[in-house]
Amino acid sequence: MTSRTKTQDAAPREWHTIKLIENPYLRYGLVIVAVVYLFWSVGSLDFNWHRMSSGLTRAANMLARMVPPDFTRWELLIKGIVESLQMAFAASFFGMILAIPLGLCGASNLVPRPVYLAARTIIVLSRTFHEIIIAIFFVKIFGFGPLAGVLTLIVASTSFISKMLAEDIENMPPGQLEAVRATGASFPKLLVYCISPQALPRYLGVSIYRLDANIRHSTVVGIVGAGGIGQVLAATFSRYDYDFSLAILIVIVSIVFLGEIFSNWVRSGLR
Amino acid sequence: MLTIQDLTKVYPTGAKALNGVSFRVDEPKVITIIGPSGAGKSTLIRCINRLVEPTSGKILLDGTDIAGLSSRGLRKARRRMGMIFQEYNLVERLTVMENVLSGRLGYIGFWRAYRRKFPPEDVTAAFKLLDRVGLEGYQNTRADAISGGQRQRVGIARALMQRPDLLLVDEPTASLDPKTSRQIMRLLVELAHENNTPALVNIHDVALAQTFSDRIIGLADGRIVFDGTAEDVTSDVLTQIYGEEDWSTTIRKVDEEDENGGEKTKENSLIRESSAG
Repeated sequence: MTSRTKTQDAAPREWHTIKLIENPYLRYGLVIVAVVYLFWSVGSLDFNWHRMSSGLTRAANMLARMVPPDFTRWELLIKGIVESLQMAFAASFFGMILAIPLGLCGASNLVPRPVYLAARTIIVLSRTFHEIIIAIFFVKIFGFGPLAGVLTLIVASTSFISKMLAEDIENMPPGQLEAVRATGASFPKLLVYCISPQALPRYLGVSIYRLDANIRHSTVVGIVGAGGIGQVLAATFSRYDYDFSLAILIVIVSIVFLGEIFSNWVRSGLR
Repeated sequence: MLTIQDLTKVYPTGAKALNGVSFRVDEPKVITIIGPSGAGKSTLIRCINRLVEPTSGKILLDGTDIAGLSSRGLRKARRRMGMIFQEYNLVERLTVMENVLSGRLGYIGFWRAYRRKFPPEDVTAAFKLLDRVGLEGYQNTRADAISGGQRQRVGIARALMQRPDLLLVDEPTASLDPKTSRQIMRLLVELAHENNTPALVNIHDVALAQTFSDRIIGLADGRIVFDGTAEDVTSDVLTQIYGEEDWSTTIRKVDEEDENGGEKTKENSLIRESSAG
């Protein structure tokens, strides 16, 4: 009661929005640190205008040598593209299959805690490294060629699809699982009668998206020697066959474009 | 049939949802459980088929203690208990028929479940039940394409497909409008009586409970504070169950029922007739 009358009596009252950081020293201190950091990081870029300008002429030179694109070695081109597509399809297929057990084990509402943690650890670890790094590892282990590329994409696809699947299952309303359990159904029956019909459309959608991504990535992992059109592309660059490089790039762009159209078409049909 | 002995449930948060609940069900009657939110109604129902693990106590269904069963034994026991939920809990992307037939999942093998190959007598029974709950012709409709009342009818059919020895019903009408609520309750009570199946029904609508039950159990703070017939539910009893806060609204309903004993509304009397017959 007394405190209430006190605040009413206090004539000029102030109001301001709540600051993210209340302490002004800390607030302005952090702003200063941020500005200093910005200048420092720009300084470390080592901008060299001379290098930039000579790079521009080199770029112009390279572009000039790229046109017209050279399709005379189309057999090599087709072989590379087919290899890339094979890698993408094989990796998507095995990724889809391997992702099912891993995804189910990664759903906290289905499995005991230790299984969940183990599955999540595998998923996180395989997602930690970029595909290029995994590809370098596999090229070191299995040598140059598409095997390393396929294995790389399988690892990437499995972790991606299983993560999406696990999260989709975790987001399922618990009631449906409860109701099917309450009929006395065992876990495998729960799987085929409740989880699979509910999770299937999204699982297929994610897998198709991953196929689309694999087509793109299969062209990239080749650059570190893991087979496919990327390997051919890297070779043309190092041999200064820029006109052939452009031909390859045009084909890659159109393949990725077609892949995207296909993926969108399939996924729109799934809803 | 069913004996609950000293059932206690303490959640990991420390909340004591059930505190030594004991009662017996000896006749195939409809027993409603009333009580305020948080009194432990849902926990009680869910402990009986162990969707919630009881902390201590016994749940004897025809002599077997459900609380002590292994997971295999529990699945066998669950086949004998049909459950009906507030949010219907149908598998939404499956058809009405698949949902109804899921009541037989405990009795068929994995591959049959996978291929949806149910024995012909189950399919016949499912069609019969669909007709009985008023959903003839809906067998191939997807469960997410029908209304709430229809979904609950599917839920009832699914539970009855189990040919259960006990029905566990958790707030069957809480998501439905008043008219549909009455229709669903009437259907439930009729089917329970037809099949001679005892039913434990959680409900928070006291008027519905009084209209449709053979016996009422009042739960407050995880303890049974009342056990009797609809006529025994007096204003004092309701105070005991719900406490002072809900007093005025709850007692008005009871007073109305008491005063208007002779001149009940038309709908009310119709319901009593049909539930009696």
